[in-house]
Amino acid sequence: MNTIIFSILTLLVISGISSVILFFISRKFQVFEDQNIQEIESVLPAANCGGCGYPSCHGFALACVNAENLENLVCTVGGQPTMKKVAHILGKDSNIIHPTVAVIRCGGNCYLRPLINQYDGVGSCVIAHNLYGGETGCAWGCLGLGDCEVSCKFDALHINPETRLPEIDEEKCTSCNACVIACPKLIIELRNKGLKSRRIFVNCVNKDKDEEIQSSCNVACIGCGKCMEECAFDAISMANNLAYIDSNKCTLCRKCVAVCPTHAILEINFPTKRVKE
Amino acid sequence: MKTFKMGGIHPKEYKFSAGIQIQTASIPQQAIIPLGHYLGGPSLPVVQKGDKVKVGQMIGQASGFVSANVHASVSGVVNRIDVHLDASGYKVPSVFIDVHGDEWLETIDKSAEIKRECTLSSAEIIKRISDYGIVGLGGATFPTHVKLLPPPGKKATILIVNGVECEPYLTCDHQLMIEKGEEILVGVTILMKAIDVKRAIVGIENNKKDAISLMQKLAKTFVGIEILPLQVQYPQGGEKQLIDAAIGRQVPTGTLPIEVGAVVQNVATLFAVYEAVQKNKPLFERIVTITGKSLKNHGNFLARLGTPLANIVEQAGGVPEDTGKIVAGGPMMGRALSSLEVTVAKGTSGVLLIPALEAARKNMQNCIRCTKCVVACPMGLEPFLLMSQSERSMWTEMENERVMDCIECGCCSFACPSNRPLLDHIRYGKSIVGKIIRTRQAKK
Amino acid sequence: MVNQLLEKLYEPVRLKNSTNFKNLLAAGKLSNSMNKLIISPSPHVHSGDSVWKNMRDVLIALVPAYLAGLYFFGLGALIISFTAMLSCVVFEYLIQRYLIKGSTSITDGSALLTGLLLSFNLPSNLPVWIVIIGSLIAIGVAKMSFGGLGNNPFNPALVGRVFLLISFPAQMTSWPKPIPFNPAYLDAVTAATPLAILKGQFSEIPSTLNLFLGNMGGSMGEVSALALLIGFVYLLIRKTISWHIPISILLTVFIFTGILHLVNPELFSVSPLFHLLTGGLMLGAIFMATDYVTSPMNPRGMLIFGFGIGIITVVIRVFGSYPEGVSFAILIMNAFTPLINTLVKPKRFGEAKKA
Repeated sequence: MNTIIFSILTLLVISGISSVILFFISRKFQVFEDQNIQEIESVLPAANCGGCGYPSCHGFALACVNAENLENLVCTVGGQPTMKKVAHILGKDSNIIHPTVAVIRCGGNCYLRPLINQYDGVGSCVIAHNLYGGETGCAWGCLGLGDCEVSCKFDALHINPETRLPEIDEEKCTSCNACVIACPKLIIELRNKGLKSRRIFVNCVNKDKDEEIQSSCNVACIGCGKCMEECAFDAISMANNLAYIDSNKCTLCRKCVAVCPTHAILEINFPTKRVKE
Repeated sequence: MKTFKMGGIHPKEYKFSAGIQIQTASIPQQAIIPLGHYLGGPSLPVVQKGDKVKVGQMIGQASGFVSANVHASVSGVVNRIDVHLDASGYKVPSVFIDVHGDEWLETIDKSAEIKRECTLSSAEIIKRISDYGIVGLGGATFPTHVKLLPPPGKKATILIVNGVECEPYLTCDHQLMIEKGEEILVGVTILMKAIDVKRAIVGIENNKKDAISLMQKLAKTFVGIEILPLQVQYPQGGEKQLIDAAIGRQVPTGTLPIEVGAVVQNVATLFAVYEAVQKNKPLFERIVTITGKSLKNHGNFLARLGTPLANIVEQAGGVPEDTGKIVAGGPMMGRALSSLEVTVAKGTSGVLLIPALEAARKNMQNCIRCTKCVVACPMGLEPFLLMSQSERSMWTEMENERVMDCIECGCCSFACPSNRPLLDHIRYGKSIVGKIIRTRQAKK
Repeated sequence: MVNQLLEKLYEPVRLKNSTNFKNLLAAGKLSNSMNKLIISPSPHVHSGDSVWKNMRDVLIALVPAYLAGLYFFGLGALIISFTAMLSCVVFEYLIQRYLIKGSTSITDGSALLTGLLLSFNLPSNLPVWIVIIGSLIAIGVAKMSFGGLGNNPFNPALVGRVFLLISFPAQMTSWPKPIPFNPAYLDAVTAATPLAILKGQFSEIPSTLNLFLGNMGGSMGEVSALALLIGFVYLLIRKTISWHIPISILLTVFIFTGILHLVNPELFSVSPLFHLLTGGLMLGAIFMATDYVTSPMNPRGMLIFGFGIGIITVVIRVFGSYPEGVSFAILIMNAFTPLINTLVKPKRFGEAKKA
């Protein structure tokens, strides 16, 4: 009996002393933080993806509190609703965000861009890129080894084993920029999501001249400039044999899509116009 | 027998083309001369479409100190200046010349007579070397004149000549030593004069006994040149390894060989120096070894720069049926080619045709921590560690583990029993760390 | 046309994922007429070394000691060694097939080696079921739970052995008497090991020659120093292991016990040679401590590792209550291996001339 009483007492005393020590230590080392930071963090998606340019959601919250206005601070994952909440907490004006989404600017799947050699190194795009131009005649296009797939934290990007090109799940893509950085060929671009997520873009980054492209890829932009002539809104520019559509100017009229001789301009999420003959 | 003290491997030699006389490769219909260099800045074209050029005429000018001039290797008309695939795997600016006849510049001395006396001064020699576009012909194509002009406060004390040819299969340097031994030694004396040293060591691996005895006989007629037989071990041809083997001094990490007073040059480079200084001949041709296990006529070919490799391989019997991989250079450090359209460049020491059965890599297994990569590494690094750091993007740690010391010799990948692609990852990590270091230095 | 395209499309994928490129080529599925060259970063040649070749070399090096074990312990040695090897391989296969659901790696020979080494560390009159439990612990707990070959922090065979030693102390410490080609198994006459004699069991210590040849009580593979040394020489010639770990262990033990013997010959009565030749020291130093996965990865680290094992072994043998301490010493130093790897770096090129 004595043993039990003694052990209970000893434990009680120890726990009492410990709690007192803990109490003082926690008081002594308490960090006073702006209440808003915690509140903002609670409305942030907690993905810690780094898409905003800060290493973590906490860092972003800190930046929001310290910033004069929210102009350049965008949580790409949460988008407009989240930023509205943040603005509400801080009592600042919320900025208008154009939602963006990643697009793959290469259409050269294995049918359209024949393979001319076999890569047998480490299955990583950056290493293959360091070594040579790639398995096809096009040194600009997708290598298909999936560095972007690895970099995506939201399971939004997958290499299609049949075409060996990455495909983006628009629902999941948060436009966090990770794949854009991961791609050594700079194929992936963040573009405005557009009305009803309809988009038109040049599905190629090849800057070679026409005659070289002919042999390597069937859907490359050959820099003919027909789309530029067709565009009534001055949205298409041409540099280094490559057309580029400015998504801010583009009105989604789809005229350029029709004139492209190599079908290098892609339209996404438009209703089908007519059945192809 | 001397050799370097740390690491190293001994791959099977397969020197099929040893002892086969140098043949002259036919001049192609169209020469495509690349203007880029593996190391250093690209050259800027100084000819235009439609220009007539003669053999030896300058067509590309060095774009900076660490860059080299490029000369026409054929006579004819410039077809165009455009991009063309080279051994780097990418398209680089090249000069396309349609060949008409074979008309050389009048200043070039075409006679076979050996001129031993050199009357030029040191500065004149270096200027000649720089003007005539001479680069390291061992494979790295580092401009030679840069090596001959040491940074202020440093003085070379010895010239080390690289006749090692430690890469398996390749024999171009070996054959050159046998056929042009005297010219090479004249080249050595010229370079000794240029950098003002009294002593030169020619390191030759012991598997080239004929070259050693011939060079030893010839060296007796020159002052200060010593022929040093070396134990066969890869990568003895590496600059730092050769210095260690020849004079027993290790170049401190992060510094150049001049730190220990050594200048290293390849025998092929020295032959080019001889031709430039004594014969007024710019660098526009080189010896290329064409070899491979199933090739019929192995050979060493004297080829003009810009000759498509397909032409030379055709002369050697054509691409064998079972070829699975074509490598420009040796099997340890060469680059795999995607096409034989690639032309002979200054750094093309050989073309190796590997049968398909041996071409593919074997499946990678877990690292069993056997230390074979550590033992094999000639720089005393830990490849297994560097690889996993590279996979995890730990760049700072890689720098601390001295990844920049890596000479990319491939000993680690060669030795790994689990077939792990150690060098692939390390090379990528090294390129990233190099970029980080350069940005840091630029900020300062 | 579409078929052709499809074929072209899948060819490289198949090549990359195929386990046996050679078979495909032989079957004509990868005809070279498609003329696609393989591109890979240098080097383009390989030494031809493989995990299996390394394991095979160690297995060959164990043959002399195995024959010695068979000679001295007869049928029992045969039974336990086959049980251990078979159960290790089977357990590895089952775990990889049904628990991890990955490809199996039993062909690399590492499980076979673990089994053989485990049986070397067991008395040859051990019941089969105990051997099987030991194998399960060695493969299942010490190896596969960490991710298989290359990831285990502790030597699997030793973990199995120590587990059995703690769980079944009676069976694990009753060694059979060495009788040439002994047909007895479970009912074999037992004898004390020389180290146990030293700890107070009343018996005569065998002569040094008998110790060297292995004519003494002990675990199946550890008795014959001569046979183990033959294996060591073979491994050195084949460059499968380096000399650093075994030599540093043996030297440390020799010197340390030598000092103790010189300081107080009455208390520490046996000569240092006795310590070298008895117990599992030879087996441990040559085959267990040099296990690739669990030993440090550069020569300097290896020397420290060996030194540590030597010291701990002697401390346990001389001052501890267990008669034998090699297994514990190796396992303790295994735990230090990552630390040694981090702190001790190999000699770098260009480092020597700096000072």
